[in-house]
Amino acid sequence: MKYVKPDSFDAAAQLLRDEQGIARILSGGTDVLVMLKAEMVEPDLMVDLKHLPGMQDIVAENGGFRIGAAVPTARMGEHAALVAMWPGVVEGAELIGSTQVQNRATMAGNLCTGSPAADSVPAMVTAGAVARLHGPDGVRDVPVGDIPTGPGKNILAKGEFITSIYLPARPERAGDAYLRFIPRTEMDIAVSSAAVSLVLDDAGVVTDANVAIGAVAPTVRLVADAGAAIIGSKLDDDAVAKMVAAVEAACSPINDKRGTIAFRTTTAGVLAKRAAHIAYIRAGGQS
Amino acid sequence: MKNIQVETTINGDATEFLCAPDESLLDVLRDRLGLTGAKEGCGTGDCGACSVTLNGEVVCSCLVLGVETQGAEIGTIEGMANGETLHPLQRVFIEEAALQCGICTPGILVAAKSLLEKNPDPTDTEIRYWLAGNLCRCTGYDKIIKAVQVAAAEMRGA
Repeated sequence: MKYVKPDSFDAAAQLLRDEQGIARILSGGTDVLVMLKAEMVEPDLMVDLKHLPGMQDIVAENGGFRIGAAVPTARMGEHAALVAMWPGVVEGAELIGSTQVQNRATMAGNLCTGSPAADSVPAMVTAGAVARLHGPDGVRDVPVGDIPTGPGKNILAKGEFITSIYLPARPERAGDAYLRFIPRTEMDIAVSSAAVSLVLDDAGVVTDANVAIGAVAPTVRLVADAGAAIIGSKLDDDAVAKMVAAVEAACSPINDKRGTIAFRTTTAGVLAKRAAHIAYIRAGGQS
Repeated sequence: MKNIQVETTINGDATEFLCAPDESLLDVLRDRLGLTGAKEGCGTGDCGACSVTLNGEVVCSCLVLGVETQGAEIGTIEGMANGETLHPLQRVFIEEAALQCGICTPGILVAAKSLLEKNPDPTDTEIRYWLAGNLCRCTGYDKIIKAVQVAAAEMRGA
C-alpha cells in the first residue's frame, strides 16, 4: 500500500483516477481502517486529504454553514452557531460511535460508506444538504440524498471525492431533530431511524416539512408524502397520523436479528412522530 | 512495503520513527517505540483500550495510521504522571479500586483526563456517555464513575 498526501485536490483526483489497483480515501479512517484490519479490502493506494484547504473547517456561507469533509463530528457539536441552526443534523452526527470515534469520524465518510443505517444522513437529507464533489473533471454539487445508491454503494465516479457538505440557511422559526432506535443507549447501529425538519409561520402552523427515514430501505429515504401530511397543521393528531402512515408505507426494510420488518416499520413511524414534535418545539412552536 | 519516516511529538518529546504505510499508530507505539501502556483489545475502535490523544483529542490509536501522525502531538498513558507523582486520576483509581485486571485502565484514564479538561464538573451521566467507548469487563463501571468524580472534585479544588 502506498500512502500519499497530495498537495491539491486536483492532484488527489488525478492520483485516484490513474490508480490501476484499489484506492481508498483516508479522512476519519473509522471505516476504512476497520476494513483494512479485517482484510476486507487491501488498498494499493491510500490518499490522505485531511490537510487540504477547508477540509477541517466549519465556515459560515450565505447564511448557512459549509462543513469540510474531514471535520470530525465532535467538532460540529462544539460549534454553538451550527448546533443552534441545525440541531438535528448535529445530534445525528454525534450518535456515531464513541467519543474516540467522534473525534475522527466525519459526515462525508458516513455518507460515502453508504450504510442504510448511517446516523448522520437522514437529518442531512431533511436539511437539504448539498455535497461538493471534486474529481478529475472538476467540481460539482450534489444533493446529499442522491449520493448513496445502495448498501456500500455511492454515485462518486473514479477519482471523485467529497470536499465539503453545505447546510443551507434557515428561516427564523425552523427546527430539526433526529432519533434512532437501538437496543441499548450508546454505541450501536440504528435498527430504524427518522429525521424531521420543519418551518413554522408566526401562528405555529407548519409551512414546510421534510421527513426522512433510515435503516428501513437500501438507502436513507426522503418521504415526500410524510412531509406533505404535516404542512398546514400544528402537528395535530390527524396530521401526525397521516405522516406516520406515509412513513410506514415508505418502509421496505430487511428482516434480520436486529429487527423484523414489522418492528422496523412500526418504530420508524414512532420515531418520525417523536422527531416531528421535537423539531416543532425547537422551531418555537407550542405543543 | 517501503517504510516511511515520521516525525512527531509524543508526551512532549520529539520522536522519530519508521513505519509501514498500513501500520496503526497503536502498533507503532507498542512494537516500535516500546510504549506498551496503550492496549490492543479489539483493533477495530470498539473497546477504547488503545486510547491516546492526537493533537489534544482522545482517539483510538488502532484507528489511526502511524504515517498520519507526521507533525502531530500524541499523548499516551506513559506521559500522564509527572515523574514519580501520579496524576490525580491515576492515584484515585488505585485508592478507589476502580480497576481489577487493568487492561482497560490506561485507555480509561486517557479518556477521563480528556473529559475533565473539557468539562471539569461532569455529571455521572456525562461521564458514562463520554466513556461509552471504553469497555471494562471487570468492574461493572460504578467504581470507575465514582473515581472520576472523586478525582474531578480534587482537581477542581487544586
